[in-house]
Amino acid sequence: MTTTIKATTRSAANGDSRGDSAVQPPAPSGMPRHLLSAGDLNAETATLVLDTAERLEQAMSGREVRKLPTLRGRTVVNLFYEDSTRTRISFELAAKRLSADVINFSAKGSSVSKGESLKDTALTLQAMGADAVVCRHSASGAPQRLSAWVSGRVVNAGDGTHEHPTQALLDAFTLRRHLGELAGRKIVVVGDVLHSRVARSNVLLLSTLGAQVELVAPPTLLPVGVGSWPASVSYDLDASLSGADAVMMLRVQRERMSGAFFPTAREYTRSYGLDVRRRAMLPDHGVVMHPGPMNRGMEITPAVADGDGSVIVEQVANGVTVRMAVLYLLLSGEMETNA
Amino acid sequence: MSNGHGVSTLITGAAPYGEEAADVLITDGVIAAVGAAATAAAKRATDVEVIDADGLVLLPGLVDLHTHLREPGREDAETVETGSAAAALGGYTAVFAMPNTDPTADTAGVVEQVLRLGEDARLVDVRPIGAVTVGRKGERLAELAAMAGSAAQVRVFSDDGDCVSDPLLMRRALEYVKAFDGVIAQHAQEPRLTAGAQMHEGDVSATLGMTGWPAVAEEAIIARDCLLADHVGSRLHVCHLSTAGSVELIAAAKARGTRVTAEVTPHHLLLTDARAIGYDPVFKVNPPLRTDADVAALRKALADGTIDIVATDHAPHASEDKECEWDAASPGMLGLQTALSVVVATMVEPGLLDWRGVAAVMSERPAAIGGLAGHGRPIAVGEPANLVLVDPAARWTVRGAELASLSANTPFEGMELPAKVVGTFLRGRRTVAGGALVAGVNA
Repeated sequence: MTTTIKATTRSAANGDSRGDSAVQPPAPSGMPRHLLSAGDLNAETATLVLDTAERLEQAMSGREVRKLPTLRGRTVVNLFYEDSTRTRISFELAAKRLSADVINFSAKGSSVSKGESLKDTALTLQAMGADAVVCRHSASGAPQRLSAWVSGRVVNAGDGTHEHPTQALLDAFTLRRHLGELAGRKIVVVGDVLHSRVARSNVLLLSTLGAQVELVAPPTLLPVGVGSWPASVSYDLDASLSGADAVMMLRVQRERMSGAFFPTAREYTRSYGLDVRRRAMLPDHGVVMHPGPMNRGMEITPAVADGDGSVIVEQVANGVTVRMAVLYLLLSGEMETNA
Repeated sequence: MSNGHGVSTLITGAAPYGEEAADVLITDGVIAAVGAAATAAAKRATDVEVIDADGLVLLPGLVDLHTHLREPGREDAETVETGSAAAALGGYTAVFAMPNTDPTADTAGVVEQVLRLGEDARLVDVRPIGAVTVGRKGERLAELAAMAGSAAQVRVFSDDGDCVSDPLLMRRALEYVKAFDGVIAQHAQEPRLTAGAQMHEGDVSATLGMTGWPAVAEEAIIARDCLLADHVGSRLHVCHLSTAGSVELIAAAKARGTRVTAEVTPHHLLLTDARAIGYDPVFKVNPPLRTDADVAALRKALADGTIDIVATDHAPHASEDKECEWDAASPGMLGLQTALSVVVATMVEPGLLDWRGVAAVMSERPAAIGGLAGHGRPIAVGEPANLVLVDPAARWTVRGAELASLSANTPFEGMELPAKVVGTFLRGRRTVAGGALVAGVNA
């Protein structure tokens, strides 16, 4: 059994700890120990995940029972501090198709409000022998904190306004199916970048895979430090759509209006919504994506969401496959060690 | 008892202010002689304890204008006694205790309680700071004159942890404390610009997906308060400057004659927002750690006098308030036992400050700003023997668990730092000897 309690790395000199956070001793597969950020993956490991997803899908397609025995006897805990039925179900299905035992631990309301602390929950899961913990949390960085307290693998299933790396992987998987290799492709990401974990993970992963990412949003919905990201920035959706191979619409939460990020939903839609007119500006092979759940009529019109080139439903299906690949790669190395 | 009244202590070989070595004779809690006179007088005296301090630097006892002792209310995180122990071990002979306790130190009764707890601990002089507003809620003035007139003789008032953001209330506070030569120590943080803020707003916060605490939220309040202080002719002290822009504003205000003083914390002199990578809330602090450029500006400003003093903002937190998600964690860091070493590392070693300068920014000026008699005085005959002996050549590794605080939330964990406090004297009485608390010193 490998002992894997992660030591918190703090370096002595000033300012040099950047990037030392998520670096883990790699599993035999070359994967990082945990999947906390899309930045944990380099081009090689990211491609490995996508290729593995393809292989798993092929392996499944010939089977009468859509299940592989790969993770039999392993326990995967879905630790969800936020309601997210679709993500939870996707992870649950992925683990079950690999024959893992799945426990859903719904801890609604976080330790921020009351109840058991994240650390105590972690120690509980640790005592129960969770091999992997899939964590969704409203606080940025919570899965990373968790990874310091459990010996199993941790998968970030969305943390606050930080990242959602498996969403980016399934997006890349979907894009690759439609566009082939992503190097040189222009992917436009539109909407509430400031609060979007999907955007952060996609910027990191797509740029790692060689794509050119353009972020389009009103200036109020872009973080102050966005200039340091491997992406270009535009305030003009019409201009950005020309030459785009894919456009990814982000969910805009209506409550953002109370923070005066934009004046009205109508004005937002007018400037940044994807309608039929704008859809027509994409080339023929252009792909329309949305991580869901959609605000139909807000950031995307139903005609576009359900129309040609929309791969929104496909994204959901690919989510299961890609999450299978992630769990498989994170846990199978350990299995080999134990065999 | 060898260090009490009626006896003498001779410190031999230490270098006052790191300059020429000179013996110092302490009698009845007062510096009785310095230099050859001290050596000679010690020979004549009968009962003299000799402390061999060869190679050590002798400074006036340090004074911290910004400490959180947590008592009353959070005695699980720190008490006046444990905080006093940390202070003495850090070379301090006086600390000013911030009023964000439970209950808030906003009445004569509470400040006198804190004063008494400090007197009982007998390790450092504990000077309570009074809250500016009732309950630190920023709504109406607390009974400032009552606190000033109490046994605690409060002269420094602050809502630290929260900003006195209402400009009219701030104006009234600045005016009101003139009656007893008080000073308002402002925690400069525009609340609307920092709603939900978790860390410095910049490249790192953008990547980490954390709500930003923009520099402008500090600077806007400092600019406003300097103008208010000008307008009503009052004294303003700005707590924990953290940005290069704040430095510029203070410099400009001083240039036009504003009666403003400013402090910087050791952690803002050393650490940057890159520490937040990893989401360990031990690096969560308010105001937040900033950028390399800010750190450089703060060091320069401390060296050139734009920033007057170093204050620790020692903020102990129980482990459950730090071993959690970043968002849920309490902001603040330990500082008393590491402050001098960090100042040596960031200011003395790079040649920005000499030991005289250290005495100025960590002892003399904080005592002057706080209106504290008997501390921050010259090492000279007739002065109270509030002194600290520092080994400038020592290096030590910080271990939170080994610090005297009840809490362990040091951001310097595992770091090797220069300079070690060897001995501390409170009015001639040794509180720290050989780098450890003197047994029974507070009995």
